[in-house]
Amino acid sequence: MTEALQTHYKINPASNETGYKSYEAGSFKFTRDEYFVSIVWPKGAHTMAADGFMRAMMRTVAWGFFYGTLSYDPVFGTTNHYGIVDMFAGTYHPVFKENGRDHLEKFKAEDLLELFRDLVDDWTNEGYDPFAAPGEDDAGQPWGRKNGNNADAVTRIRVTANRMVGLPGDAEIRTDANGFPQNRMFADVSSDQPLVEAEPGFEDEVAAFNLYDYLSRSDVTWNPSVCSVVKESLFCPTSEEFILPVEHGNDRCEWFVQLSDEITWEVKDKNTGKPRSRIVMRAGDVACMPADIRHQGYSPKRSMLLVWENASPRIPDMIQSGEAPVVAVQF
Amino acid sequence: MSEYKTVFGGLNDFTPGGVDAIDDNPKNYVFSNVFDVASRSAPYERVAVGKNLEYVIEVLRAEGQSPWYACAHDEFALCMDGEVEIHLVKPDDADVLVDPDSEGAVVLDEVPDGRKMGRIVLRRGHQALLPGGAAYRFEAGAPAVILTQTIQGPATVERWAEICQSESRPAA
Ligand SMILES: [Fe+2]
Repeated sequence: MTEALQTHYKINPASNETGYKSYEAGSFKFTRDEYFVSIVWPKGAHTMAADGFMRAMMRTVAWGFFYGTLSYDPVFGTTNHYGIVDMFAGTYHPVFKENGRDHLEKFKAEDLLELFRDLVDDWTNEGYDPFAAPGEDDAGQPWGRKNGNNADAVTRIRVTANRMVGLPGDAEIRTDANGFPQNRMFADVSSDQPLVEAEPGFEDEVAAFNLYDYLSRSDVTWNPSVCSVVKESLFCPTSEEFILPVEHGNDRCEWFVQLSDEITWEVKDKNTGKPRSRIVMRAGDVACMPADIRHQGYSPKRSMLLVWENASPRIPDMIQSGEAPVVAVQF
Repeated sequence: MSEYKTVFGGLNDFTPGGVDAIDDNPKNYVFSNVFDVASRSAPYERVAVGKNLEYVIEVLRAEGQSPWYACAHDEFALCMDGEVEIHLVKPDDADVLVDPDSEGAVVLDEVPDGRKMGRIVLRRGHQALLPGGAAYRFEAGAPAVILTQTIQGPATVERWAEICQSESRPAA
């Protein structure tokens, strides 16, 4: 393990054969071909299919490394230390670890993000949308040689409401008119709006919106976006379809409220990846993901999931020191 | 091609999943169901179904008129079933009614004196702001379900052992 911050970043010119650029960050090297992404580090190499890699990398960039660990698969991933980020291979895989084949390097988060943004832009071909579920009509295909870009898709800004969606000056509600039609799997969701009668002078504070309609019009999957805020308590509802592109190993407790339909979660030990539980969540179900696991969700139909985060920057240290619990509630 | 049907569930229509523990304690997941909790609650009990340090998510069975509440900070109410009316008042002496540094909703003994702020009617999927420093009351003609985003306060009820799954339950 190298504790010093890596400073080497390099973007190599497009390959004559595939048309894709290749990337270097610290001693990690990333290349892609028509089907696969290859990641090489001093003590090993790893291959992933381009579709899964691009969906995971898209979330990494959109979420700014999110909370805790994003495992692209059992071998490769990142851990957010908020300002500093680890990139690792095999660190959370017992066999890589036992055989000394694991590798971890530290980066300044914003510098690594900048490189990854370029990678996502270059490795996304025309028509391919890494935010889409593969069954959607406009999902496109990640395969083949370099062929154009899809900047509109990969540079979407993740919505973050300051107080609540729909308030004056805050994140806007979604409508047909502003370019957010309902998803094909949510065509039956009512778009009726709440009745809001504000007395003069209270128009900015007497407010409500149709959250389910808002989610039915989300054009991305697995992209929790802040919709309402109570101090550090963030409601981050999201629309889910197909597979969460990463195994998420949070550094804090994370709660789920299944607002519609059904998601199955596979839960594994955070450090070893050994299976712990399989959780089926149906409409109205509430569950907490403890701070010592990684989880990956499977949503057969597009569903609405309320992800609830406590964004307090003190929590990872509080969990390390035992001040905050690994399991949210003991009963 | 048949049309997709979105399942939201409701007070009289819920089918919980569950935790199938392979090598685990199912209690670690604090697994409950909003509609199950509301179906077994008294009207306007604020039952915590989620807790992350001081922050909570509460479930309320809305039925008839609630007491008046006041809260120093913003809260949010999401209607998950039925129809709920919210009345908002700006108390004349908000800081006397509720300590501005306090957390969580406080039940008021009587109707607060103040200016009417407005009225909101929520149906399923609608979410309202309950602005900090305001007082509010819920009303529902038929049983409905509210989910709150707030901070644990004197009105929050905790009964985890009664509402949460404690045995492994492979979901069909
Ligand atoms: Fe997560």
